[in-house]
Amino acid sequence: MKPRHQRALWIVGALVALAIAAVLILNALNSNIALYVTPSDVVAGKAPKGQAFRIGGLVKPGSLKRDELVVHFIVTDLVKEIPVSYKGILPDLFKEGKGAVVQGKLDEDGQFVATEVLAKHDENYMPPEAKHALDQAQKNGDKP
Amino acid sequence: MMPTILPEIGHFALILALVISIVQGVIPLIGAHQGREDWLVLARPAAQLSFALLTISFGVLTWSFYINDFSVLYVAEHSNALLPTVYRIGAVWGGHEGSLLLWIFLLTGWGFAVAQLSKTLDEFMIARVLSVLGLIATGLLLFVLGTSNPFERLFPAAQDGRSLNPLLQDPGLVFHPPMLYMGYVGFSVAFAFAIASLLSGKLDAAWARWSRPWTITAWIFLTLGIALGSWWAYYELGWGGWWFWDPVENASFMPWLIGTALLHSLVVTEKRGGFKNWSVLLAIIAFSMSLLGTFLVRSGVLTSVHAFATDPRRGIFILILLSVVVGSSLFLYALRAPKSAIGGAFDLMSRETFILLGNVFLVVAAGSVLLGTLYPLLVDSLNLGKISVGPPYFNAVFVPIMIPVLFLLAVGPWANWKTTNLRLLLKRLWGAGVVAIVAAILIPRMMGDFSWLTALGFLLSFWIIASGILQTIRQLKVAKPTRSFIGMQLGHIGIAVFVIGVTMVSSYQEERDVRMGPSDTVMVGGYQVQMIEVVPAQGPNYQATRGVFEVSRHGRVERVLTPEKRNYDSSAMPMTEAAIDAGLTRDIYVSLGEPLENQAWAVRVYYKPFVDWIWGGCLLMALGGLFAVMDKRYRLRSKK
Repeated sequence: MKPRHQRALWIVGALVALAIAAVLILNALNSNIALYVTPSDVVAGKAPKGQAFRIGGLVKPGSLKRDELVVHFIVTDLVKEIPVSYKGILPDLFKEGKGAVVQGKLDEDGQFVATEVLAKHDENYMPPEAKHALDQAQKNGDKP
Repeated sequence: MMPTILPEIGHFALILALVISIVQGVIPLIGAHQGREDWLVLARPAAQLSFALLTISFGVLTWSFYINDFSVLYVAEHSNALLPTVYRIGAVWGGHEGSLLLWIFLLTGWGFAVAQLSKTLDEFMIARVLSVLGLIATGLLLFVLGTSNPFERLFPAAQDGRSLNPLLQDPGLVFHPPMLYMGYVGFSVAFAFAIASLLSGKLDAAWARWSRPWTITAWIFLTLGIALGSWWAYYELGWGGWWFWDPVENASFMPWLIGTALLHSLVVTEKRGGFKNWSVLLAIIAFSMSLLGTFLVRSGVLTSVHAFATDPRRGIFILILLSVVVGSSLFLYALRAPKSAIGGAFDLMSRETFILLGNVFLVVAAGSVLLGTLYPLLVDSLNLGKISVGPPYFNAVFVPIMIPVLFLLAVGPWANWKTTNLRLLLKRLWGAGVVAIVAAILIPRMMGDFSWLTALGFLLSFWIIASGILQTIRQLKVAKPTRSFIGMQLGHIGIAVFVIGVTMVSSYQEERDVRMGPSDTVMVGGYQVQMIEVVPAQGPNYQATRGVFEVSRHGRVERVLTPEKRNYDSSAMPMTEAAIDAGLTRDIYVSLGEPLENQAWAVRVYYKPFVDWIWGGCLLMALGGLFAVMDKRYRLRSKK
């Protein structure tokens, strides 16, 4: 084989490898991203169907209820409210009246079944997505 | 307490350090360019002086923490009088301002080390290297003095401080950031060597020989820093995981991947004179990744477990610094990288090829991690909505890319430089292959469940270990192995040990979130965990609820575990302290969730087989690095 052919072979090989990697990566990205949706948008039916997504907002004071290992609470952007259930142990920083981000899916009754409740390191920190949801709701000027 | 002027001295030392850094960054560089010896000799004393000034500055801040000087805003915000001394010291880098000061302190420390330990390097090279370090220090000092002065005063002084985030009150935090930063910042030396060589046009084997020990040293610190962080998250955050693909974890992992590629590429540059451009490019990318990491952590642009409340202006400054550094160095690279110097030619079957392939995969892996980390930012800035990229993405992309790397890891060291005989390679390696296949079949069977991914994990790790042992035996017959050789074997076996840990944990761990009252039991991994009682307890600056659990096997109590739920006096946030019965082959992990009715608690009980091998593997890698650095040919000879 001439050196020129050999080099061409290398280049073709590299391109094929790159293409496979790109397909793998894009595929993985597509099926593994979770969209952030505000509580108002969830109520408006803008949440993805049958796919996990995230909701950011405040945990409504007085809404936290325990039923053995299952916890129920409400996430709100101060306009609309979404009831959430979660089975398991909540992170230390989860508190009524504070910001939270939950990941999961809606069930048939419009209740959000969370598989993950996100924890933060700092008690004075508000998740940007929770803040975004509040700002969004305020901007739209909806009344509760 | 008497107010002192020490903080002003610390602040003043920083301002002086800025002046010195500008001198260090500009004058020797011009001197080297114009061949003026009297200008370039300034580099060493300037580097020494700026290290001395930063030592004063950092020392003052530490002292202010030690004596509880709450007239300093930063101290008042991150410490209080009840905080135990060791955490008061750790609190120095517990916040933004202090951690940046640590960053610069370490940077000047590396500069100082270069100035002291490079007596044999020619003056032009050393002047350029120290100049580049001076320029980096200038940028960061401007940042600290402009936006994040740690010595800012608080009038009137606070009676007591706000205290350190309870999560950070842990021995892990005292060591994790300095280690990690030593690694991050250490890549600045490899970067400075690369830039200096581009400037001088001297890109040769000597350059690689000089860069290697510095790169390896930085890499050792980074490895230890990441491992410490992972270990800390495991026992302190109370989640029992060891890696979350969190943006900030990724930020430390990307420089590690690139740094690992750089280590290997430099070997080729030193031994064979090849891959020069590639090594230079990797050195630039490695340090850029370190800066990017600093930006991601300190700007708060990403949602992360590390996201502390931050100030966006700071992010913009680091972003500008990042673009200046990356932009100018890549520009210089495009301008000056040698066009024709390919170095020694090599065949398809040669050690060069194996190292090159490993390098390509490592860089692609770092690229895929970068993409997943920045993708949410990208989508958000294009106004396409807010998204998050979760661990499944990283696992789906990262793991397949690592498979060929692990495979090649065992093959490369057997191959000869330039050209190697495939048949000979097969002859030497078939034994390791047999061991690997047997292990891949037997171990999953012994553990119970079989899955292809599990088998693959054991196949690759035993492939590496067996090959390493075979090669060591062979080497011992011929000659006494060099420290380099021992270092390489330890590093590679460290990877294998790490892979065994990861495979075991991800395949055979048991995680139970259960309701437990006194005398209730739960079984995990053949162990019985029984709750005895839950009692109140008192710490130096917190009240706690302490659970008492007995871990027993075959009816015999092996260990009593006491996880706690703490309420720190200075913080409204409760803290979970997990209790772990650690062992060579498994950890039993118990943590308290929340109280339920009738004295019962939600309790987390985990069985984690071989989890400590994950960090053990990292330690072995770091040890390997240590051996490599101590190799004879890097021994410092004084110039006489």
